[in-house]
Amino acid sequence: MRLGGKHLDAGGYDLLGVVTGSEGLLGIVTEITVRILKKPDGARTVLIGFASSEDAGECVGKVIGAGIIPAGMEMMDRPAIRAAEEFVHAGYPLDVDALLIVEVDGPRAEVDHLIMRLEVIAHSCRAVTCRASRSEEERLLFWAGRKAAFPAVGRISPDYYCMDGTIPRARLPQVLKRMRELSETYGLAVANVFHAGDGNLHPLILYDANRPGELERTEKFGADILRLCVEVGGVLTGEHGVGVEKRDLMPVMFSEADLNQQQRIKCAFDDKGLLNPGKVFPTLHRCAELGRMHVHAGRVAFPDIPRF
Amino acid sequence: MSDTLRPRDAKDVEAAVQSALAEGKTMEIVGHGSKRAIGRPAQSDLTLDLSTLSGVTLYEPQELVLSAKAGTPLAEIEALLAAKDQQLAFEPMNCAAIFGGAAGPGTIGGALAANVSGPRRIKSGAARDHFLGVCAVSGRGETFKSGGRVVKNVTGYDLCKLMAGSWGTLAVMTELTIKVLPRPETEQTLLIRGLEPGQAITAMTAAMGSSCDVSGAAHLPAEVAVRVPAGEIAGGAITALRLEGFSPSVAERMRMLEALMRPFGELASTDETISRRFWAAIRDVAPFAAEGPAPPALEDERALWRVSTAPSRGAEFAAIIANAAHVHIFYDWAGGLIWLALDPSHDAGAALIRGAVAATGGHATLIRAPPSVRAAIEVFPPQDPSVAALTKRVKDSFDPRGVLNPGRMWAGV
Repeated sequence: MRLGGKHLDAGGYDLLGVVTGSEGLLGIVTEITVRILKKPDGARTVLIGFASSEDAGECVGKVIGAGIIPAGMEMMDRPAIRAAEEFVHAGYPLDVDALLIVEVDGPRAEVDHLIMRLEVIAHSCRAVTCRASRSEEERLLFWAGRKAAFPAVGRISPDYYCMDGTIPRARLPQVLKRMRELSETYGLAVANVFHAGDGNLHPLILYDANRPGELERTEKFGADILRLCVEVGGVLTGEHGVGVEKRDLMPVMFSEADLNQQQRIKCAFDDKGLLNPGKVFPTLHRCAELGRMHVHAGRVAFPDIPRF
Repeated sequence: MSDTLRPRDAKDVEAAVQSALAEGKTMEIVGHGSKRAIGRPAQSDLTLDLSTLSGVTLYEPQELVLSAKAGTPLAEIEALLAAKDQQLAFEPMNCAAIFGGAAGPGTIGGALAANVSGPRRIKSGAARDHFLGVCAVSGRGETFKSGGRVVKNVTGYDLCKLMAGSWGTLAVMTELTIKVLPRPETEQTLLIRGLEPGQAITAMTAAMGSSCDVSGAAHLPAEVAVRVPAGEIAGGAITALRLEGFSPSVAERMRMLEALMRPFGELASTDETISRRFWAAIRDVAPFAAEGPAPPALEDERALWRVSTAPSRGAEFAAIIANAAHVHIFYDWAGGLIWLALDPSHDAGAALIRGAVAATGGHATLIRAPPSVRAAIEVFPPQDPSVAALTKRVKDSFDPRGVLNPGRMWAGV
């Protein structure tokens, strides 16, 4: 069956919208149509170092408060900065607790105007260092450290476990603090890279699978981080999906009624449960059971609701 | 006249749906009723009036997020956002113009249930793309939620996408969370005069494919351009391209756009005030207003269709229906959205329009027509059998007894 097309919106239910992000549980995609956009004419990036993640968080809030939606806004904490700098030598400051990498793109006049405004905001948030890229080479170098953050952490630890929760941006300092406490409790180090623009957090837990029990401890630590994300108003996964790994955490975020309604969608598309069985849903119900209606007759009709 | 229930809170909504289920009754879900005349006319036993379920429950400008109860007036939300230099980037249409009622712009629940998106849709996405989270009562009488309050979220199925554009046929939304965005510092519109539809599509396509970051692209043939209540722009056919953003950026992009558009025809640019008025008129389909402010000659009682197609096929579509009686059309979304007014008698042009859509791709929805016409023909786009069957199964998954807005979109759904 074909859903959507070259036109911009659905003529009925947005079935394409619910298939997107459904992790292969609703259908097998054989062909896609996507909209493509022209690449921006240019881009510049500014590297801003802060003495605390609170200052960095304040800066992110002020940038958005000023009506600026950067093309990218990434944050790294001290362990992630150190690992990346030692690996790539991108010129990151090593004496800061948080580093923001902010990129703006578009025509030259817009980019230069916004870089200027970003610098003003950064200084108002007590930035320790602030450097704007002056060439394409320098822009790419600024990104090289961030883009190599995962392998960089891989160099300093035998194994690492990458998490993917999303939180309301303003809760970042609180979440980082709690994560440091958990890090001590579990005796495992953690490095953080964060899509600050949209609140997507990627804590990397450093461990050694050859040490008995450490993998299990790491997984428990990871689950605690995701519970923390939900507790502060966030979600279990920002971009990597639920799969099998986060399946059993789904009840942290959703009630049984929430999950049942999701599984009924699964039944509408795949009533025999042929596609990716065992993923996303912690408890499988048979479609016949989920479809059953429980009507509680005999109660007072429309109790108490004002009627006209 | 059916009984009207006015729930005081989400619990009341759940009780109302459960009671309707127990009594085997159907319900029409209404906010302010601004879009009530869209869809197949249906008789429901009860009316569930959500206008009392009103109020913004969360607004954090720096987080770009807002939550509100479903019956919150759009006007209240837009005023609140404007005070912080923010806006709903999907530019929801105000249907008051085309229906001539006093209902106003309606509620946030209605805007999302209808997935109404204005001219900026081509740059910023549709209403559904700003819909982050929902709390709702299904036709099973069960309260459920989906999504959250953060922009980046792939946890579970995105049921908000199904809610958007479901016209109240799946669940009664009680609270919605949406993404809000900064309001552009300024805007300007470039007008190109005297283009034929085919040339206009070519020009708009060139503009959309450039780096100018166009946030509105519309074409109005001469006979429709005179119906726009922004008199300053009148005089022949107009093709309009909007640029928004920070002042230095808008100025530079306007220079780029003028250079790109000069070969197409005579250019003129408008200031911010006229630009805002013009795009509000396009958003609200003011050229086909039921009762325009003045002069009375602009009153329009024709049937109104909304056609969605690939932008490059817009002019081809128009050529097919050009000979219909009393037909006027204009193009938004760079040609991808066609508003079409024509004689409401007989099938209101349905056979002709749906035939044209079959040739060009896309779909057509009848937005305004007398109830007798809406009862006689399909109002929403007819679906092929496999999509129709899936649609019915999705409906059944939320509302197996057909309690909520039954038949509004299609018979049996």
